[in-house]
This record gives sequence, structure tokens and C-alpha cells, in this order.
Amino acid sequence: MRFLLRRALFYLVTAWAAITINFLLPRMLPGDPVQAMIARFQGRLSTDAIASLYVLFGLDTQTSMFSQYVTYWGNLFKGDLGLSFTYFPTPVSEVISQSLPWTLSLMGVTTVISFVLGTMIGVYAGWRRGSWIDSLLPIATFFSAIPYFWLGLIAISVFAVTWGAFPAAGGYEPGLIPGFDWEFISSALYYAVLPALTVIISSIAGWILGMRNMMVTVSSEDYVTVAHAKGLPERRVMLGYAARNAVLPSISGFALSLGFIVGGTLLVEMVFSYPGIGYVLFTGVNAKDYPLMQGIFLIITLAVLLANLIADVVYLLLDPRTRKA
Amino acid sequence: MTPVLEIRDLSVDYGQGAGAVHAVSSVNLVLNRGEVLGLAGESGSGKSTLAYAMTRLLPPPGLITGGEVLHHGRDKEPVDVLGLTARQLRSFRWNDIAIVFQGAMNSLNPVSTVASQLDDIYRAHRPEMSRGQRSKRSAELLRLVGISADRLGAYPHQLSGGMRQRVMIAMALALDPEIIIMDEPTTALDVVMQRQILEQMMRLREELGFSVLFITHDISLLVEFSDRIAIMYAGRIVEQAASEDMYRSSAHPYSKGLLGSFPALHGPRRPLTGIPGSPPDMRTVPSGCPFHPRCPSAFDACEREIPVLEKLSGTNGDSSRSVACWLNTPSLSGHPGVGAT
Repeated sequence: MRFLLRRALFYLVTAWAAITINFLLPRMLPGDPVQAMIARFQGRLSTDAIASLYVLFGLDTQTSMFSQYVTYWGNLFKGDLGLSFTYFPTPVSEVISQSLPWTLSLMGVTTVISFVLGTMIGVYAGWRRGSWIDSLLPIATFFSAIPYFWLGLIAISVFAVTWGAFPAAGGYEPGLIPGFDWEFISSALYYAVLPALTVIISSIAGWILGMRNMMVTVSSEDYVTVAHAKGLPERRVMLGYAARNAVLPSISGFALSLGFIVGGTLLVEMVFSYPGIGYVLFTGVNAKDYPLMQGIFLIITLAVLLANLIADVVYLLLDPRTRKA
Repeated sequence: MTPVLEIRDLSVDYGQGAGAVHAVSSVNLVLNRGEVLGLAGESGSGKSTLAYAMTRLLPPPGLITGGEVLHHGRDKEPVDVLGLTARQLRSFRWNDIAIVFQGAMNSLNPVSTVASQLDDIYRAHRPEMSRGQRSKRSAELLRLVGISADRLGAYPHQLSGGMRQRVMIAMALALDPEIIIMDEPTTALDVVMQRQILEQMMRLREELGFSVLFITHDISLLVEFSDRIAIMYAGRIVEQAASEDMYRSSAHPYSKGLLGSFPALHGPRRPLTGIPGSPPDMRTVPSGCPFHPRCPSAFDACEREIPVLEKLSGTNGDSSRSVACWLNTPSLSGHPGVGAT
């Protein structure tokens, strides 16, 4: 319990630091959205127009950095992340809450599937090394070595364009109204198949390799020999003794990869024009949309911290050696 | 004395083909009911390999290339352990033969409690036991090895090295086996703990009547705790005798060397001699008697031919006494026999 409290304190400090950096970073970048607009209109904006743009974006007030910082924190606690420039005048929190569920469901589910499947294959491959399962390794590694955007584009050209089995872009049938009805959900699932498959195929090798190698290491531990000597059924030795110990490093890797879902989704969503948070971030960066970028970075930071905290707790549950007596 | 386990002509190789290392060569060994048989030898002499082979726990690339391991169960026909099916083997393990391994620190699953590791044994071998019976038996076992029952919920890392080894012994006793193999059970422990655990083990043997195969490099422990001693060198048994005979009048120069490498705990002081040289590389075992390059009394026959294990009359008419040394073949050596150096 004390351990958990100490960890929680650590995460609070880290969160504060991350949020502060998040505040400073865009303000240290050269240029602002109005400058970007001026550039876009190649100086054909009058000074009046420029002044009104500053007022419109709320960038007209000359306040000190510190008071901006205080306001920033105050707004943060109210859940107010400002207005998005690109989706003006939609609040950033609304933009995020619309796109986040897409990312979480697509990437969350695929990450879990990839981890569970890869770990299971790794357990068998490590337990029966030299069997046919080992021949999966080069294939899986090959796919994970291909740059993701390339794999995605090939999948689109083969399955969507040539074969026409799956849609090439989007998150659901255009024209459907998002809601909790079967028509919409089945359409969303259908649109998610191709991005999900490519993500699984490109990420599964890591889980297989990691688990297989840990299984090989753990299989030669004395307690596994003892378990054999005790005459336990092979399944019990494999799962209860070998895999149970071998999975520990993979578990922390998994928790961390959950944290990177939000950040790591950019490429997937760009390739498949998926309406998730990565796609929104991409648009936001292009448009120098500070509030949106800040909001998304904040979400990413919090997701990573939360995943770390979960990893700590899960580790505590799974490995009694990390518990303080 | 009736045998409980009989090893006949057992050979074990590591690897296959021309590069194979013959870790154990044609070993014959009999463990009698209720006795403590000591097996001693330097590192790499094949004693642990022998133990793993007879329980078929040999990790790859270890390979049993020949021989039989006969188990004479109570009121049962002898069965060859090497011929058991996977299912029979599982039931044979721990029911009939339990092992206490050398790594006291790593023999327990670090993520399970003592109780759940004991439960695994009952669930695999005694599925009819109820939860209450199981926990009662576990508590009883811990009490047997001198650990209070409230440690059942403990994880291995919460126990000291000595306690972990006691827990292992308790586990070995769980199904009341006829044979317990102790493979260097006390190497990771200090001398005081060593003694306590061995004495406790011997007390339990008196009470429960199992046989022990006690493997160690520490021959002084064997002299004290075992009934008979077999000495291994380079994968072969070179001498077998009752502890008393072994201690007083070992016939093989290697046994003498081993005995001279430990200080005597009792009796008059004698100088430590040790054995010159180091154990042979098992990939290139010397010709003839593998011990001849280190043997103080080697002569030309030793280099040419491998001595066979031959009977030697022991005191009290012990018929199992045997030695593999040309010094005991008078026609070859010109020496009078036993004890000649």
C-alpha cells in the first residue's frame, strides 16, 4: 500500500512536469496560427483583417507567461481545453471526445488481440522449440520489418482496390448516423477489419519472439524440472510454472504498449483515413492548431502515465516478489 | 536385503554421433529398501546425470543410450522405468521416487505459495483428496520438517535458504515415496544448516522407511550418513563398498584421494592430501583407466585397458563390495591386492 502511494506521488509529479512542458512547447515554437494564415494568403490580408483574426483566435491579449500558465491550469481543471482553430468554434474537448472512442476501440482491441495471440503462440513455440510453430517466426518477423504505412498501402491496394473485399478508407458507411444500432456497429466493424488486421500482423512478431525467448529461458529453471519431477500434467507445468513466470516481462511491455495506443495510432489512421485521434492530430499539426495539439498531447501523456500505473499494479498482483512484506 | 531400484548397464550420452560425450557408461547400481546409498565424485563425474537419467528428467541433448532402471515396487512386479509410457511415468514420478534438487534457491516456483505448490502434487496424484484433507496433509508435512504451518501461505522469497530446502523435503515426502533422490541437497547452505537438514532427513527415514540415494561431492558427509557408498569417476562407478569399509580401507586410488581431501571430523588428525590434476575433459577421456594420468600408482596396464568392476570381499561378508582397478588383479599388477599402493 505504501508502495502504491509512493508510485502515485511519482506519477503526479511526472504528470505535472508533462503538462507544464505541454504548455510551454507550442509557445516556444516560431510562428502562430495567424502568421500561418498570413503566409497562406501571401500577404494579401489587410492589417485590420489580421487584427480581427487575432481577436477571433483569442491571441490579442498581452499577458505574461505566468498568468497564461495559471489560466491554463484553471481551464484544465474545468475540462476546458480551449477552442480548436481548425474545427472552429468546436471546443477541443469535444473534438477529442468524438475521435478518441474510434482510436480506443480500434487500437485497444487490436493491441489486446495481438498480445494475447502472440503470447499464446510464443508459449507453445518456446515450450516445443524446433516444432512447426518455429517456422511462423520468420514470417511474423518479416511482416513486422515492413514499414507500417507500406504494409497498409499494399493491403489497401490488394484487398480494397483490386479485390474490393474491404473498404479503403473511413470508419463507417458514409451517410450512416453514428449510434448504438446494429446497422452502424456492423458497418464500423466491417470498416475496421483491414486496419485491425494490418496492425495485428505487423505487431504480433514482437510478442511471439519475446514470449518464446522467455519460455526457453524459464524452461531450464530448476523449478520447472521440479514440476516435471513431481509428475504434474504437462499442461500444468507449461502454463502454471513456465509460462506463468515467463509472461512477467511481456506484461509490463503490454501495459506500456497500451499507453502508446493513442500516440502510435497516427500512421494507421492516416493510411486508412480513420476518424480517430491520430488523424485529428495530423490535421491539427498541419494547421498549427495549438489548443488541439496541446489537448491531444495531454491525452497521450495521461494515457502513458495511466498505463504505467496499471503496469505497476498488475506487476504487483502477478509477482509476489515485488510486494513489500 | 531386497532391492527397490536396480540400475543395469545404464549409459547416457550428451549429443549424438561422433561428437557424443559419454557422460555415464554402463553403470550398475542397486538401491536396497530402506538404505541410504551415497554416490560421490567430482564435478562432471556423471552423478547428477545418472540421477536425471533414472528419473527420465534428462534435458536435451542428453540421451539414454542403453540399460535398464528396474523399480521393484511393494508387492509389484519389477518395471523398467525407461519403458514407461508418458502417463505411467507421470504417476511413477513423486509417487514412487521423489527428488530433492541441488538448487535450494531455485527449486520452488517464485510466483506460487508453498501451499499451492503442495496442492499441485495432490491434484495430479490424489485427485480424490478434498480441500480439507489437502491442507491438513500440507500442515502435517511442514510440521514434519520443523516449519510452522502458518508458513503455508508464504512465497519462496519470504523463506530462508534452509527453510526452502526443508519445504522441498516436505514436498518430497508428500506422497510417501519409496525412494528419495537427494542431489547435492545442501550445497547452497552453510555447514550448520547442512547438518541440521541431513540429520532431520535421516530421522525421517527412520520414521517413514524410504530409501535414499544421496548424491554429493562431499564424501565426508557420506561416510557419516550413508550405509553404502559408490564412487564415480568419468561416468563410471569405480568403487562400491559399505561406508565403514570405504572409510577404513578403500581399494581404489581415487577413493583414497577423495577421502584424503576432507578433514576427518572424528578420530586422529591426518594430513590432507587431495588429488593432483583436475577431472578429465569428458570429450577426450584418457585411454584405459580414465584415472591413470592422475593416479599415483598407475602402471602400464592402466593406460591400455579399462578396468572392470570386480567383486571384492568386504568385512562382515558384504557381497556388494566391488572395485574397478587393475591393482586388484594380482596377475597384472604383481601386487597382492586390496589396499596396495
